[in-house]
Amino acid sequence: MKDIVAIIRQARADGDYARAMNLFPYARFLGIDFREEGGELLFRLAYNERNIGNPVMPALHGGAIGAFMEHAAIMHLLWNMESAMQPKVIDFSIDYLRPGLAEDTFAVCRVVRQGQRVANVSVETWQSNREKIVATARAHFLLTRQEDLVEQ
Amino acid sequence: MTELDKLPRDEQIRLFFSRLPHGNALGVEVLEVDKGMLLMRVPFQDFMVGNPVTGFIHGGVITTLIDQTSGGAASFASDVAQQVATLDLRIDHLSAAESGHAVYARAECFKVTRYICFVRCSAFTVDEQRPVATSVSSFMKVGPLFRRRSKQG
Repeated sequence: MKDIVAIIRQARADGDYARAMNLFPYARFLGIDFREEGGELLFRLAYNERNIGNPVMPALHGGAIGAFMEHAAIMHLLWNMESAMQPKVIDFSIDYLRPGLAEDTFAVCRVVRQGQRVANVSVETWQSNREKIVATARAHFLLTRQEDLVEQ
Repeated sequence: MTELDKLPRDEQIRLFFSRLPHGNALGVEVLEVDKGMLLMRVPFQDFMVGNPVTGFIHGGVITTLIDQTSGGAASFASDVAQQVATLDLRIDHLSAAESGHAVYARAECFKVTRYICFVRCSAFTVDEQRPVATSVSSFMKVGPLFRRRSKQG
């Protein structure tokens, strides 16, 4: 599996979101899927008891929400072909605003700034009510330009 | 204080983490415990791969290990263990974590105020002196971790 960018380009042409997401074992483990809706890429972390971090409340593990947001950002960049290879996370900063309840969680990403090598992406997550943000994140990713691939 | 608060700290921590479904699904283990300090490990499993080309471990696995280790260090930094909620968590990914290796995280809660705990943490694979990620985080205390059973039942 050398060229995931090519696989994802074909998946996008076919509208086959699952094929793109299934490339990533950890995204499958968490239960992430996505689709285009209302002109944006909408990511979902399907509820799974395995992602619970507080069994008393119960609430999702903050790490599972963070991992969901990070993967949503990576897939957002790949789907929009912002990089010739899988973007590498440089840093990731999450603000947790309210607990993630035992239900489906959604996310959208926004590329705030894309330079030659680095993309700044913000991610927002919510559950049943989009107005009630569960967590926000800001991340930087290292991109690979097509020219960089040729140089290698 | 409840009966559980009187257990040795390492027994409290092991008991607490044994009840976390997501930590158990990943196989997170407690290795070392001290007041406000925690060392944990997650063994490598095939589903943790985040980059299908290189096989590198997903950054999210490291996020989860750091969140859990940092939260644990914050919970057990006070004399009576506290339930905490993550306010913010910032991670610098210094290098990729190669597949096949367990990932370790050592967290230190370096300041506790009335309501807030401040924690730093670093994650590594084979050499603690060469971390794959470092983080700073803050947590809010939301009450005693081991509550008495309420009289209502």
